[in-house]
Amino acid sequence: MLEARKGHTRQNRRRRERAVLLFIRLTAVLALAVMASILLYLLINGLPAINLAFLTEFPRDSMQKGGVLPAILGTVVLALGALLTAIPLGFGAAVYLAEYARPGVLVSFIRLGVSNLAGVPSVVFGLFGLSLFVTTFGFGRSILSGSLTLGLLILPTVTASAEEALRQTPQSFREAALALGASRWQAIRQVVLPAALPGMLTGSILALGRAAGETAPIMFTAAAAYTLAPPDSIFREVMALSTHIYNLATNSTHIEETRPQQFGAALVLLVLVLGLSMFAIVIRAKLRRGRKW
Amino acid sequence: MKDAPEKTPPLDSPGIIRLQPKLSRAERGVKFFFLLCAVSALGSMFLIMIFLFMEAGGLFFSGDEGAGVGLKEFFLSLDWYPTYPDPSFGSLALVLGSLSVTLVSILLATPFGIGLAIYLSSVAGPRVREWLKPAVELLASIPSVILGFVGMVAVAPFMQNVLNLPTGLNVLNASLFLAIMATPTIASLGDDALSAVSQAVTDGSYALGATRWETISRVILPASLSGLSTAVILGLGRALGETIVVLMVAGGAAQAPHSLFDPVRPLTSTLAAEMGETAIGSRHYHALFALGAVLFVLTLAFNLLAFYLARRWREKS
Repeated sequence: MLEARKGHTRQNRRRRERAVLLFIRLTAVLALAVMASILLYLLINGLPAINLAFLTEFPRDSMQKGGVLPAILGTVVLALGALLTAIPLGFGAAVYLAEYARPGVLVSFIRLGVSNLAGVPSVVFGLFGLSLFVTTFGFGRSILSGSLTLGLLILPTVTASAEEALRQTPQSFREAALALGASRWQAIRQVVLPAALPGMLTGSILALGRAAGETAPIMFTAAAAYTLAPPDSIFREVMALSTHIYNLATNSTHIEETRPQQFGAALVLLVLVLGLSMFAIVIRAKLRRGRKW
Repeated sequence: MKDAPEKTPPLDSPGIIRLQPKLSRAERGVKFFFLLCAVSALGSMFLIMIFLFMEAGGLFFSGDEGAGVGLKEFFLSLDWYPTYPDPSFGSLALVLGSLSVTLVSILLATPFGIGLAIYLSSVAGPRVREWLKPAVELLASIPSVILGFVGMVAVAPFMQNVLNLPTGLNVLNASLFLAIMATPTIASLGDDALSAVSQAVTDGSYALGATRWETISRVILPASLSGLSTAVILGLGRALGETIVVLMVAGGAAQAPHSLFDPVRPLTSTLAAEMGETAIGSRHYHALFALGAVLFVLTLAFNLLAFYLARRWREKS
């Protein structure tokens, strides 16, 4: 395989080896450096803006003063609504794919659907939500429209991670249950699902973080630039952290004056999303280590 | 819809022991319910397609606002002036805007993403890998609006001053941040592909006296080529469909770019910027859905390609 070519000496080989491995190590260092500098930049500029009032007050004086409480609430409500939409469908789809489906045309079409839905640009989900939920169904710009749109967006992620968790449950669990006389559904409900549920929920937390960070799908389906009304009905429009940052940074009349608010809101969103992801990753690692099968 | 046909041989065929009894009526109902859940993703895909194309159609047929726009004008004209008294709806400049930032970002992200994948799968020790892999996952989960914000507030002024440009919001800046988004995707999918190469093959290469890089470049990379291309294509799809980063950082000028430092207006940012300000049902509204349809078809093509490459790769390994 390694024919003796001209210049293919041991020294050259070693030199090339070192150069290439250096580049490969550098990519890892660079990835970490990029992430660290983004985090540091936001921490340094965002921390001064954050205090109790910033987290618990409404914006005042055309957003130049006050806090981001309504945006935080809106983001949380929309993300939870998305999860509420995606979990029943996603878990159901995962149970079908992992427990019932046999390889065939139908299953490849289902998989095609899941993997292509995952690749649809988020702004296209926004257009779809506007056309179907906001206009055709008449839900208007509301928590309901935004949650359904975001729910469809995270459906593939929820499905894939739930299926993965189900597949990691050993086959012997199912066989044991069936051998004891359980029907297929009894085996799934009483044996497979309890064993797989922690893993399925962990994947959903990652999806929750993704839903909280999205901007484009809720811009025309749920988000208001400013509203004083509390999110007490699913037909209300709400503020959200992501659209709040975008609006203040690009559309507002006081772009420079509201910089501290922008950095503060960005830091809050980052902590929220990364916090959720980190929580899920730690739990997942724990589950893997603690697994007894 | 009927249940998927059962492919197992009948109960009485010799040598077959069926672990699972035939499903009762209630059990079949349960199974059908789960099947419905499973088809929901596919159903949403079709619904999205139908709504996009239906709303897009309003641009090309004559209606209240006069004769429809010709397909030739829509696809080949560089003029996107949707709100002028005599509006024109050419998408070419926007498509070129999308393609330029996507292409540059993937040129930046591919070497780093693949490099990181090689590092994760073949160079790093198990302990480094154990925390670097989650770190890459965290990098992927940074919300795009935050990356866009950093690009706008930190990198754009810096780029403008250092390179003495009219604006720091341009192709290069947007591509940089799209690359930051695409790199973790490429790295973690690439790592999966590289890690799937069998240990026996790698060991064989070392036993023949190959160095680590020789093993990686001549054994592992060729064996996982289709998995790696899937990773890059999916990264490409992610960059093409990304909205908020380009909306905040690409500059927003609807023109064909001539250099890395020109501002552009990609499809996605046009949609996000203009959809909020147009009346539902107007010609402009339909034109935006037509742009959405173009974007959808482009990303669908990439995804289908990735799907088939991935399947080929799985069948091989």
